[in-house]
Amino acid sequence: MKKLLALSAALAASAISMSANAQRDYISVVGSSTVYPFSTVVAERFGKSTKFATPKVESTGSGGGLKLFCSGVGSATPDITNASRAIKSSEINLCAKNGVKDIIEITVGYDGIVLANTTAAKQISLTRREIFLALGKNIPNPDGSETLVDNPYKMWNEINPTLPATKIEVLGPPPTSGTRDAFAELALEGGCKAFPFIKAIKKQDKKKYKAICHGVREDGAYVEAGENDNLIVQKLVANPSALGVFGYSFLEQNSDKVQGSIIDGKLPTFDAIAEGDYPVSRSLYFYVKKAHIGVIPGIEEYLAEFTSEKAMGEYGYLAEKGMIPMTDEERTKVLSTVKNLTTLAKK
Amino acid sequence: MTNSKATNSKTSTEATTMTTTNLTTREKVELSLARRRAAETRFRLYGMVSVFFGMLCLVVLFTDIASKGTSVFKQTSLTTEITLDSGYLGINKDSSIEDIRFANFEGLIKRHFAKSVKPKGRKAKRELFKLISPGAAWQLQELVLANPTAIDSTVTIELLMDDDVDQWFKHDFGNDVVDNGRLSEQQLAWLMTWIEEGQLDSHFNTLFFTNGDSREPELAGIHGAIKGTLLTLMVTLILSFPIGVAAAIYLEEFAPRNRITEIVEININNLAAVPSIIFGLLGMAIFINIFGVARSTPLLGGLVLTLMTLPTIIISARAAIKAVPPSIREAAYGLGASKNQVVFHHVLPLAMPGMLTGTILGMAQALGETAPLLMIGMVAFVVDVPGFINDPSTVLPVQIFLWSDSPERAFLERTSGAILVLLSFLVVMNTTAVILRRRLERRW
Repeated sequence: MKKLLALSAALAASAISMSANAQRDYISVVGSSTVYPFSTVVAERFGKSTKFATPKVESTGSGGGLKLFCSGVGSATPDITNASRAIKSSEINLCAKNGVKDIIEITVGYDGIVLANTTAAKQISLTRREIFLALGKNIPNPDGSETLVDNPYKMWNEINPTLPATKIEVLGPPPTSGTRDAFAELALEGGCKAFPFIKAIKKQDKKKYKAICHGVREDGAYVEAGENDNLIVQKLVANPSALGVFGYSFLEQNSDKVQGSIIDGKLPTFDAIAEGDYPVSRSLYFYVKKAHIGVIPGIEEYLAEFTSEKAMGEYGYLAEKGMIPMTDEERTKVLSTVKNLTTLAKK
Repeated sequence: MTNSKATNSKTSTEATTMTTTNLTTREKVELSLARRRAAETRFRLYGMVSVFFGMLCLVVLFTDIASKGTSVFKQTSLTTEITLDSGYLGINKDSSIEDIRFANFEGLIKRHFAKSVKPKGRKAKRELFKLISPGAAWQLQELVLANPTAIDSTVTIELLMDDDVDQWFKHDFGNDVVDNGRLSEQQLAWLMTWIEEGQLDSHFNTLFFTNGDSREPELAGIHGAIKGTLLTLMVTLILSFPIGVAAAIYLEEFAPRNRITEIVEININNLAAVPSIIFGLLGMAIFINIFGVARSTPLLGGLVLTLMTLPTIIISARAAIKAVPPSIREAAYGLGASKNQVVFHHVLPLAMPGMLTGTILGMAQALGETAPLLMIGMVAFVVDVPGFINDPSTVLPVQIFLWSDSPERAFLERTSGAILVLLSFLVVMNTTAVILRRRLERRW
């Protein structure tokens, strides 16, 4: 017994010291769950076609990833973080405080956020204004006066008589999700801005403006269906009158089960998002710690793989996974960033 | 008002007492007999209903998972003959491993199918190439890496098909469905010719058990996750069993009964009820930030799970020690054994079965845990199968979680398949615990 105890203590101590001192020989990637499906594909191909170990990719969310990324330099911290939004100046400052001075920003492509229903039901055409009226927590009074009331709408045709006479029921991600942030910013705020008196609030009170435009109703019309988009798709099939909010890649993978709704006259198609016509789309990024290049093996080669024609290009394998590629012009810019390892200027 | 009500009820109680006191004891018992029997029958009924409900839930869950998951054990592939053209690949049998890794096997496969199927136009070509899994190129690559002399020969190989084809062949083919998934008419026509020629067929899916994670469903396997789980549990067992048993022996046999040991006892019981995510946070704060243990490794996962299983093991070990009758201790003392000898020669061997049972149950609990691992980076995409406890890895429940969140539909069956494997692990562990208890437990 005593021997066993001593043995296990020794083993634990040696293992801890061993792993603490060891230099990492694989790339560590953290960050957004939206970019995760794309960066994992690149990581896997990179691992299979080069002599380097396959990078480890963690899905921590954009904010969580940047926090880890900015926690310092050294093999205990990640080399790359994915983000479904641009880095904030507060995060750049946090990085700088912890010694992460040189950050390389690489734009990956675009992602569309779709509203979809089952193919068994009729396709719906909405404007962003109608989406805001259907899902906003406080909306302009339906009688036309410039006041805000709790959202009174129960049926779609109360908002616009041409819409179907079904209950407003939208399944979407919870507030912790980047998809929800982007949906609020692009779709709800887009519709919210259409009311001049709300837009006027922005100048006086930015916080109040954000609360109005990003607030989602909590009376059951918007159902928080968890972060699992597959689950939302399954629920949509079971409930023909419901709409769901998720990323374009899920629509693409399930195009035989669900259809994207038309927003502002545009269908969420590959081309419409790539051209920037579809209103609810955002850029995806990843950030690289320059201090780690040359220290952790393979970072430059990973960047080369990610930005190569066969990955990021118009017909690349990332496009097949549902990412919307950039135009050639934008891609050239990204390529030069990778080539020169241009770091982010301080904002 | 209240007063009058009180008097009213008082008189009525008196009235009932009056009537009952007039009866004999036997009559009273007989009167209440029917009521008591009815209560018992009702209670039995409630019990049976709740057991039945629980079983029903279990059956529904299992059949749902099994019906979704069993198809994972089949994988569709296309048997074909392909020439490993050294001129096209730019390698020969003396090439270095790096050159072979870099060679364009994907192009070779595309050229092969473009020649044999002859699709018309760029769009048709793209549709054709989509039918073949990207893993097919890696199959050829592995074949050449294992046997470089195969270059320039013609090999017969079962090329992996894409997940869409796989799903269609396993679920929709021959079922007369109108809905053909994500496949086009042209793609279906090609597939039908292959099926008629007997090239396209499904085989037992060994890749599911030999591969690590992958973003291509047809390539994704659970080997990496199982290995990670075993390594993590090994660390947990090596650390928590000796520590837990030692703590239990000390607390039960040696520690004086005072305030401090009482506080320790209460805290151990409290720890057993702490939500596991808190152990994850603790692990992150201590092991990562102070000791600098690498993220996402089985070592770190094992350390965190040790914290979590320790209370379970200590509590069950103490119960096992308590169950050893005092007569055995007294007999040993009577023969002149020292305290240490009594504990290690007599009490511990008798308490061991109980301790082992508790440990196995604690391990089973650790096996199913994901929440604490979220905090320490084990929720990660790891392709390479971990070799030892300091390689990045993931564990089975986390793998299930990651797959359930993937957009490709074929991951649905992978998820269910992995759940089946996890459940069988749990069943094996719990059965071992039961058998151990039956076999070794002594009754006094």
